[in-house]
Amino acid sequence: MIRADLLQRSRLEGLQGSKSADRVPAFVPSDNRLMTRSRRLNAVGRNVLRKEGIEKVTGTVRYIDDLSFPGMLHARTIRSTIPAGEIVGIRLNFDTDGFTIVDHRDIPGRNVVALIEDDQPSLAARAVRHVAEPILLLAHPDRDVLRSADVEIEYRQTPPQYDAGTSPAIFKTIAIDKGDVEAGFRAADVIVDGDYRTGHQEQLYIETNGVIAVPDPAGADHGITVYGSMQCPYYVHRALKILLGLPDEKVRVVQTETGGGFGGKEEYPSMIAGHAALLAWKSGRPVKLVYDRVEDMLATTKRHPGVIRHRTGVTRDGRLTAMDIDVLLDGGAYATLSAVVLSRGVLHATGPYGCDHVRIRGRVTMTNTPPNGAFRGFGAPQTQFATEVHIDRIADRLGIDPVRIREVNALRPGDTTATGQRLGADTSALQVLREAVKRTGFKRRRRQLSRGLTPGSDPSRTRPLRGIGLSLIFHGSGFTGGGEVKLASRASLALTERGARILVASTEIGQGTRTMHAQIVAETLGIPYDAVEVNAADTGVVPDSGPTVASRTCMIVGRILQRCAEEMKARLGRMTPKQYLRAHGPLMITKEYERPAEMRWDDAMYRGDAYGTYGWACDVVELEIDRDTWEVKPVMFTSVHEIGRPIHPLLARGQIEGGSAQGLGYALLEEVVMRDGRMANAQLTNYIIPTTLDTPPMDIVMLGIPYPHGPFGAKGVGEMPIDGPAPAVVNALRHAGIDLREIPATPERVMRGEVSSFES
Amino acid sequence: MLNGRRTRLDVHPMKRLLDVLREECGLTGTKEGCGEGECGACTLLVDNRPVNSCLVPVAHVAGARVMTIEGLRGRHPLQRAFVEHGGAQCGICTPGMIMAAVAVGRKPALDQIRTGLAGNLCRCTGYEAIYRSVMRAR
Ligand code: FES
Ligand code: FES
Repeated sequence: MIRADLLQRSRLEGLQGSKSADRVPAFVPSDNRLMTRSRRLNAVGRNVLRKEGIEKVTGTVRYIDDLSFPGMLHARTIRSTIPAGEIVGIRLNFDTDGFTIVDHRDIPGRNVVALIEDDQPSLAARAVRHVAEPILLLAHPDRDVLRSADVEIEYRQTPPQYDAGTSPAIFKTIAIDKGDVEAGFRAADVIVDGDYRTGHQEQLYIETNGVIAVPDPAGADHGITVYGSMQCPYYVHRALKILLGLPDEKVRVVQTETGGGFGGKEEYPSMIAGHAALLAWKSGRPVKLVYDRVEDMLATTKRHPGVIRHRTGVTRDGRLTAMDIDVLLDGGAYATLSAVVLSRGVLHATGPYGCDHVRIRGRVTMTNTPPNGAFRGFGAPQTQFATEVHIDRIADRLGIDPVRIREVNALRPGDTTATGQRLGADTSALQVLREAVKRTGFKRRRRQLSRGLTPGSDPSRTRPLRGIGLSLIFHGSGFTGGGEVKLASRASLALTERGARILVASTEIGQGTRTMHAQIVAETLGIPYDAVEVNAADTGVVPDSGPTVASRTCMIVGRILQRCAEEMKARLGRMTPKQYLRAHGPLMITKEYERPAEMRWDDAMYRGDAYGTYGWACDVVELEIDRDTWEVKPVMFTSVHEIGRPIHPLLARGQIEGGSAQGLGYALLEEVVMRDGRMANAQLTNYIIPTTLDTPPMDIVMLGIPYPHGPFGAKGVGEMPIDGPAPAVVNALRHAGIDLREIPATPERVMRGEVSSFES
Repeated sequence: MLNGRRTRLDVHPMKRLLDVLREECGLTGTKEGCGEGECGACTLLVDNRPVNSCLVPVAHVAGARVMTIEGLRGRHPLQRAFVEHGGAQCGICTPGMIMAAVAVGRKPALDQIRTGLAGNLCRCTGYEAIYRSVMRAR
């Protein structure tokens, strides 16, 4: 194990190359034309080397489980085994000597995981609302002794609620109205209905959730530091203050290198950090709490399952006259971020289409299953899955082609969304659609495959079925509605001898935060990329830049940093950093988010500019269906994205490729089996994510139309790639003769889908 | 032999090789993603063959040559290629992925890479950047 002081040192050195990294020979430009020696200026738009890349490929970078502190205890969480009821008694069937044991009575502050509603206890006191709800915490220096401790809990069970549709406990409802939907239906030639269902999805970051809590050496009441794998250090900071009843300065949260997040480390780390902190508080010793894979899958948040109903009026030539949409999400046992997930869900429920008469009703309810929470896309993958499959079904019904119906209805610059937001010049739905159609020869390919599919063309039914489908989607960058204004995020830039140091709470979780932020600053200051350092996301040092979520880290926080750099450049004038520091002393510039002047949002009415802007994308999937096993194999995947101007094209492409693979997993493989309120397949052996063999070749295109309010024209990119694959897959399945309204499209469902399409 | 050095260890023979490396040898480059042989994050080479170290009791490698990511000393062309071509995002799968790619051998065809890395999960990249990295490693 590596001592934690080493970690701190490497952090303080701005994550410069470690020892073994120093031996790596200098990188030279390769066949990639965008690759550059990092000494050159013009950092933006170039594929400079990732800041912590060398440490990652040499295995020297430290994740939480690689760290150890002197005298450290290991921790374990005792969880409920029932979905609903009350705790009647707890028996400790082990020698408690040498153990630290914590229950709800040991909480010095409030027993909540503070987030939006404060309805979720850190440790259940009496009522239990879901399987795997934390009840008791144990810590011991020896992991084997810890593991063997037997705790027995007696419950009084109450009937659980598993059906989100009939659940009387509602976390949030949202209504969006535009025009007069009844008038829209009267103007329609045809009305098409459809119900669509999406399942849970596990984020499955390869590094499980984990933290280490370290009490202040002068005694726990002097304060506490929590290190851990996380997306949002200030969420954890706030939750710890409330749980422990401590003021700001006594709680410090430091993000360690994070092995993937995808939303799964947005709110959950507040829970696990609280647990480690309670044990550290009581024992006065550092406490490590790292979940194993099974516990992580059983206990932590997942994507909300959804049921989405559409009723759509349309003219014979394919124009939408009315969209009536009902969105139901299953929130699980506690509110977590459900209200915000629903918000993004309903705001994307029309898909990227214009329609004068829209009615959207959204609802997220409570069930006795582990709480669902943030996951890349955040409600939009569910609702856009429904819309995109529905649009294809409307086209089928009208006998027009799926490209045509989208061309007719796609949002254009100057059009308004369901909330009345007038869209800007960067509205690129048509461009991405046309580019994807052209690139894949979509119409020709579809005809070719259709011929192969006509009844009787393959009487022996030996060849696999083939189909091709597409989806057109959009995704708002940044926080929903007035969220960015409320967050009032800040970022700082400090002048250093060599250049500048970035201080933000935005976390690097694989997407390239440090690299991309450093590019923005280097470009603005006109200094080499290498001269910009990035501080660790440490609440003791960095300001609150808001959470690292919602595709906001580049567009929102990057823009604040750009403004810091602009001011720094003006202050420097013609001086070098060294000269300035000598003449004037230290220089630190902090700026706060500024809303673009023309943005308006009414949260009560859900009217106005829901997001600063949107990204646009079109995905095309060609797939093959095995007639014996009903397994579906995507054979080609094409995605055309318009995300403004990418700061680092290689990193942006990595987001699109990775998000698309995750989206294909959502579409085809990833099924959370909930049995009696418990994930029955909480193991990597039977919860399947895409491997190299399941992931098709990908053709990724970025159109790069600059967005005026983003840093150097950039918009958000992180989430959008996961929206499109699932509907494109299901539309390709329909093209192959299989009518599905539900994902994941597992072989069992595909088989049933074929039967029903024969019947109809 | 551990990373080219003769190494003697006094540990329980049934302890997982993964834990021995991480806890006794200070070699934390080898990661645990699942502990059940499914994710490949713990991949290292035993006598040049890729092995999931979470499944192997340390006694099994007595007398064998064990090579971990640290043993590549930052000099392997694959390491450089993974940085240049975006093969490492969050980096948690990277050590295992690189060790598996070492075992695939020099100048592999895309199909060989796909098959050779089929036991290594990556949730970040969708694998495309990993293929590019492996193919362009020189
Ligand atoms: S940790 Fe060994 S295969 Fe996953
Ligand atoms: S880079 Fe994150 S899991 Fe592979």
